[in-house]
Amino acid sequence: MSQPEKFRIIGKKRVRVDALSKVTGQTVFADDISLPRMLHCKLLRSSVPHALIESIDISLARAHPGVHLVLTGADFPVEYGILPVSQDERPLCRDKVRFVGDPVAAVIARDEQTASEALALIDVTYQPLPTISDVDQALAPGETQLQEYAEEGNIHRRLSYSFGDVDEALEQADHVFEDTFLYESNTHMAMEQHASVAAADPDGRVTLWSSTQCPHYVHRALAKALEMPAAHIRVIACPNGGGFGGKTDPFNHEIVVTRASLLLGRPVKICLTREEVFYCHRGRHQVTMKLRTGVTRDGKLTGMHLQTLLDGGAYGSYGIASTFYTAALQPVTYQLPRYSFDACRVFTNKPPCGPKRGHGTPQPRFGQEIQLDKIAEKLEMDPAELRLGIIAPPDSLTCNYLKIGTTGLGECIERVVEKSDWKDKHRKLPDGQGVGLACGAYMSGAGTAIYWNKMPHSGVQIKLDRSGAVTVYCGATEVGQGSDDVLVGLVAEVLGVDPIDIKCFTGDTDLTPVDLGSYSSRVTLMMGNAAIQAAGRARELIAKAVAVKLEIPEDHIGFDDRLVFDVGDPSRKLSFQEAVVCAEEKYGTLVVAGSYAPPKSAGRFPGAGVGPSPTYSYTAAVAEVEVDTITGIVEVSRIYIAHDIGRSLNPVLVEGQVIGGVYMGIGEALMEEHSMRRLPPRLSEALVLSNPSMLDYKTLTMHDMPEVVVEIVEDPDPEGPFGAKEVGQGPLLPIMPAIANAVYDAVGVRIDEVPITPSKVLRALSKKAAGRDARTGPRDFPEIKWPQAIFVLPPDEGGDGKASNKPERKRAAKMHTMDKVTSS
Amino acid sequence: MPCNQATNRQRHTLYFFSNLNYSYMSLKKLNNKVIHSETRAICGLSVNSEDMQVLIDASKTLLEVLREDLGLTGTKHGCELGECGACTVLCDGKPVMSCLVLALECEGVKIETIEGMASDGQLHPLQQAFAEHGGSQCGYCTPGMLMTAQSLLEHKANPDREEIHEALSGNLCRCTGYQQIIESVEAAATAISEPGAKTTGSGS
Repeated sequence: MSQPEKFRIIGKKRVRVDALSKVTGQTVFADDISLPRMLHCKLLRSSVPHALIESIDISLARAHPGVHLVLTGADFPVEYGILPVSQDERPLCRDKVRFVGDPVAAVIARDEQTASEALALIDVTYQPLPTISDVDQALAPGETQLQEYAEEGNIHRRLSYSFGDVDEALEQADHVFEDTFLYESNTHMAMEQHASVAAADPDGRVTLWSSTQCPHYVHRALAKALEMPAAHIRVIACPNGGGFGGKTDPFNHEIVVTRASLLLGRPVKICLTREEVFYCHRGRHQVTMKLRTGVTRDGKLTGMHLQTLLDGGAYGSYGIASTFYTAALQPVTYQLPRYSFDACRVFTNKPPCGPKRGHGTPQPRFGQEIQLDKIAEKLEMDPAELRLGIIAPPDSLTCNYLKIGTTGLGECIERVVEKSDWKDKHRKLPDGQGVGLACGAYMSGAGTAIYWNKMPHSGVQIKLDRSGAVTVYCGATEVGQGSDDVLVGLVAEVLGVDPIDIKCFTGDTDLTPVDLGSYSSRVTLMMGNAAIQAAGRARELIAKAVAVKLEIPEDHIGFDDRLVFDVGDPSRKLSFQEAVVCAEEKYGTLVVAGSYAPPKSAGRFPGAGVGPSPTYSYTAAVAEVEVDTITGIVEVSRIYIAHDIGRSLNPVLVEGQVIGGVYMGIGEALMEEHSMRRLPPRLSEALVLSNPSMLDYKTLTMHDMPEVVVEIVEDPDPEGPFGAKEVGQGPLLPIMPAIANAVYDAVGVRIDEVPITPSKVLRALSKKAAGRDARTGPRDFPEIKWPQAIFVLPPDEGGDGKASNKPERKRAAKMHTMDKVTSS
Repeated sequence: MPCNQATNRQRHTLYFFSNLNYSYMSLKKLNNKVIHSETRAICGLSVNSEDMQVLIDASKTLLEVLREDLGLTGTKHGCELGECGACTVLCDGKPVMSCLVLALECEGVKIETIEGMASDGQLHPLQQAFAEHGGSQCGYCTPGMLMTAQSLLEHKANPDREEIHEALSGNLCRCTGYQQIIESVEAAATAISEPGAKTTGSGS
């Protein structure tokens, strides 16, 4: 439907629809659920990082008073996994454990205490295998293989793509910059631990309440792992106490409690301890990366070759998608005529990595933004000016066939430059103080579903009641980002009613149409578009019925302030409730649906499915820091951030997401690290987490959080609901490199690693004092044998989106695209 | 069957270690003796000005008793170690991590939880402010945050930012980045000290 000139709800500060429930402690999270005769489940997890399971003796546990059931891997013959290409997980390990924390048995007992006692009575005999503890060991040839389906040894997968002849582009550049970076693994640490409750019906059907971001994917995994029809399983996503990507995999504990409930005919609950949540992980991959970028003397990029190496941990999870994401979105921010990448993911005996806010894009973003800083310095250009000169144009196709719609990146840069007094501060502040600039871009929803299908990505159903009540159903999940509020706000806007008149039910596979879940920042755009379509259909039915009653044309009907009226003479009106009755009299029971599927991507090559999005958001940030040269401690004094959101649907929520993203970015930049250590020899030398507790892991408290100055740029994007783009993940991206660039401005050292810890700063400072390369970072990128690159000619060079053979190199002549690059 | 009548502290330790059995303990199992937790006690608690008597496992923490025996699930657990503040309640007006105190220790103590914050159907100004200024996103840290903030405002009217930081630094939040929480507390402080003051710029 066409966009109204004036909104009554959209764009205005509003109390979010679930706020009152949350501030009174009434929101029901998964662990708040208690059902009659409910039993409690605890998982026994492997204490060794890599071993064959020789035997499990559960007899003593089974006999422990109060224990109802003990399950092992033998009870779960079917493997599952989030991606079709890596169905490598079992609810309980059967033959092999692959990391400390891998679940091997489950006890279901009258209470948690009894279950814990029984865990200690389970006797597992392991036959240890060598531990693969890091990427170097994973890459090295050897006998030890974690996953048999890996491409080679412990190399899960290698990807190699070339969009245009990048070697030529680099040869023709005036400068080639080569930089290597390391981004350590970190984790989501949502405040709410994972919890699930399963309750079987006497007829053999079952319901699972779970703290999950993706009830639809859990639904599919349960059907597969339990070998039951999905139609007999109901998954209800409880409001999540934070997710950030940590609750998007189907989990062992979800499948175990569901099976247990079916076997026992009683509800079964599990809640993971905080330590278990750290071990579940599915967090950010550690990535080593190398960027070789060609630049002209006036600061235009000619081409880039990116290599990434991901430490995937013990299982596939979303890893293949993560691997693509470490490379696929690079060309979306700045003009890049030619681009090639090699990406590799390996298996190690560590908690599996998956998606965390940004999903694979923060790492290469960190690398590129620091490299651009180095380029600007070499070319004696201001870093902001350099970026302004190479912004990817709107309504264009990148060299790897991603469609850019609106881009407000230029405005974002200008705003943070102005707000932060950049020009008076950059390279001008006293020693120890500095400013750094960086940008980022992110998808508003992945263009392809996790499993390939031709169905909508989001569906919304609306029911109109004779009382005037509006009920909205959608499979989307509220994880704190405000998706329920977006849904209700959009429907209220279209129907001219107030949010209090609307109830929404979300994330319930029995009640709600499928929405793929809260990940890849897809919900506002995809659910939003489906909601507007559904509400538009409801509005049309009402308008038609009222038009007949008022004897005026349908397009003379207005909806506002809970009234339906003649636009020409507003005194001729019905209340919304009367209008609904009128429509039900004419049409019968009033239920409508709307749905949304993203546009097809232009790429036609294998792997083109990762990267496309209906539209991208853009962000620019300036970080102001103070560096103490004695302790190496970096303190962020202020962050200026501008985010191109298209349209701000509820400014309170938008600001909250931006600041929340900044907070998480500072944590990643300075202190968050999901690191491993070896237990001492007298305690098995097992590879375990160094810091599986909230204070040891280190995140910012209120004390550490600087002031954040937020600017919102709005240039409505036609792909978004009333023009809205994403805001949940984009603002995180520029923070880490902005801080790194600010550290350089402050004390003249390059920390090409995340997190930027005091010891790394001190190391670089001492190197600087000794006249050596004032940098902390990886020395080089490991040797990896890459497959032959899939070659795709960029659209600007006449490509059709399909993979093809590399054209012959024309060394003598300049390609016509170079003229495009060098001209401003 | 041999039965160890373990003391409360030993059992608590046992529970702690069995949670960490695969990282800090060796592969040596805890001994195979059956350890029963049969020590029960009648616990009298005053929660939100209601006196309750409940039969509980003597080793239970206040957090567990609130959530599991009294049905007051508004108070949350985030870590069970006293690191995150999600379980904060007020004991005689002071913020306390309920995961770190035994329920039996709280007999005779005036306990306040999130469920008692609103009174007579009216939200506390802090609750109203959090709702209006975005102080709550996923809602999980919110009860603990509100309890701590309530204690702060009861002891110090109109605290400055430093004082707010200091008081709330033990409550972790992973969603908001804290800024809107601080603004909420300031708005509530204003509302409390000047009842006629307009604290909101928002509609609704």
